[in-house]
Amino acid sequence: MTIDRSAFAQLVLANVRSYLRQPEAIFWTYGFPLIMVVGLGLAFNSDTEARLPFIVTQRAASDPIVQKLRADARFDVEVMEQDAALALLRRNRTPVVVSVDASGEVEYFFDPTNPDGTAARAVIDDAVQRAAGRADVVASVDRRTDAPGSRYVDFLVPGLIGMNLMGAGLWGIGFNTVDLRVRNLLKRMVATPMRRGHFLLALVGSRVVFFVPEMFFLLLAAKLLFGVPIAGSYASVLFVALSGAVTFAGIGLLVASRARTIESISGLMNLVMIPMWLCSGIFFSSERFPDAVQPFIQVLPLTQVINALRAVILVGEPLAAQAFPLGILALWCALSYTLAIRVFRWV
Amino acid sequence: MAVTCRQLFKRYETGRAAVDAVNGLDLEVRRGECFGLLGPNGAGKTTTVEILEGLIEPTSGDVEVLGMRWGGGRDHELRQKLGITLQETRLRDKLSVRETLRMFRSFYRDGIEPEAAMALVALEEKADAWISKLSGGQRQRVAVACALIGRPELVFLDEPTTGLDPQARRQLWDVVADIRRAGNTILLTTHYMDEAEKLCDRVAVVDHGRVIALGAPRDLISRLGGEHVIEFSLEPMDQRPVDADVFAAVEGVTQSTEESGRFVLTVSEPHRSIPGCLALLSRENLELKSLTTRHVNLEDVFVNLTGRHLRDD
Repeated sequence: MTIDRSAFAQLVLANVRSYLRQPEAIFWTYGFPLIMVVGLGLAFNSDTEARLPFIVTQRAASDPIVQKLRADARFDVEVMEQDAALALLRRNRTPVVVSVDASGEVEYFFDPTNPDGTAARAVIDDAVQRAAGRADVVASVDRRTDAPGSRYVDFLVPGLIGMNLMGAGLWGIGFNTVDLRVRNLLKRMVATPMRRGHFLLALVGSRVVFFVPEMFFLLLAAKLLFGVPIAGSYASVLFVALSGAVTFAGIGLLVASRARTIESISGLMNLVMIPMWLCSGIFFSSERFPDAVQPFIQVLPLTQVINALRAVILVGEPLAAQAFPLGILALWCALSYTLAIRVFRWV
Repeated sequence: MAVTCRQLFKRYETGRAAVDAVNGLDLEVRRGECFGLLGPNGAGKTTTVEILEGLIEPTSGDVEVLGMRWGGGRDHELRQKLGITLQETRLRDKLSVRETLRMFRSFYRDGIEPEAAMALVALEEKADAWISKLSGGQRQRVAVACALIGRPELVFLDEPTTGLDPQARRQLWDVVADIRRAGNTILLTTHYMDEAEKLCDRVAVVDHGRVIALGAPRDLISRLGGEHVIEFSLEPMDQRPVDADVFAAVEGVTQSTEESGRFVLTVSEPHRSIPGCLALLSRENLELKSLTTRHVNLEDVFVNLTGRHLRDD
């Protein structure tokens, strides 16, 4: 009875029901991110050690030193004619082509502007020199860093959670709001004694509530499939994610505050989301961009959500250490909600 | 009075041109009556009711609804007493009829239960059906149920039957007649003259944003001077044009017009005027192609006032 009479509860229920009754929406929030994690995780996360592939020319194949390289488990050696080998090198299909010239010297064909080529050449040359009898003059020891928590898949999962937060907030709020406006339903609602604040709060609230199971589902899947650890406390992960969800819901509300057609909201969404997709460090660190654009990248909400998520999930930093990212999010929240409520088009 | 508005103006500035959607409209709706705004598309009916509903601000003019004014700090109070259907609202597809009504019910302090609202519009059987599964007429009845759920004192229905098939229209008319009988005040807009005649106690004929005639449908019709219309067309015997005025001389004909080959005579007693007409035709050597008689309707009133039809289709 009380739920029947609570406008806020009824508005949340309407949103929740509309959402749960669209199977395709469920796929995009649960299925799609899972496929991303699995696909990218498998692509960048083989259990066996990576073997360095390179090509040896037919002429060099019988050379005794090259024979030793072919027996080395660290290498994946292919033998072919020099012309065919160089063609593959130009197409970036192999980092290095090894050959032997007329005087018996070992030749390396590679592109010095390509970091992979330079690195591969150094590793192969080292093996050649050792095979020929060179000894190390300085003692060294290898420390492996492919333990859970520092692999690419570990880096990727918080990035995908951030991307999902942004997509769910902007599409979930923005698209639905404009859909209601196009249907004349916003106007119909304000023709009743409904409080406008209840409506907006329910819109944001139901989206944020959906995000919690969504995120833990993704974290659980990543843990079970790839052993991605959660170093920080669940509470701090939840707090960062909720801050992100609320922020992106506000931005979604702002983007949708005036739009009158589905076409215009779709365009606006892309305008807002594409810079963050590209720059905010979902798939690789945002710090790789030049210094000149860093101030711009660092104020993007997605950059800070992902930074904070990586810090609490992978490093286990406490919430207190996330003051800067959370502060940026708070600014975005204040800005987007204040503006959205001021300019929102109800009729 | 349930509604009074005086010298209502609404101007839309669209680039260089300005459009006066409402142009000095006066209106009074009495408590307990069903009042109709009748006019063609674009006459300003919807703009007028949306101003009365507090959804649009007028450019100028004075509006009083249930003794209150919009923007006077009591809007919320006023909304509690109004029930509204907009011209076109697509309710949420994936909610059931009951869920939709329960949501609308939660906005009102006082009201009826969703079950009772469904009974008012004869949709009990569809209580658990999603909106997307309903026909156009059923959706419109859900919209009316949403308007009634807060036990309103005043109900606005904007083009309630536009786009519905004849059977669905009649079902909706029954619903409106029931609301009227229950003692509610209704203000509806329509461009169907039969709808206005059937449902409304009084009608304001609206054209170009102002009221051009006001009164009970019967009164408006009787002002044309006759209760009946004789319509006929002639065989094209020769190219001689026939002036409609020649029929004005026939006994009992109060008005005579011609439009694209169809002659329309307004008469009080067809059985007296038809023989006179036939005699005139045979004298002039003209042959009838068709002849029908019918009652005068509000369409004739509108044509008489404006020279145009309500719907040009």
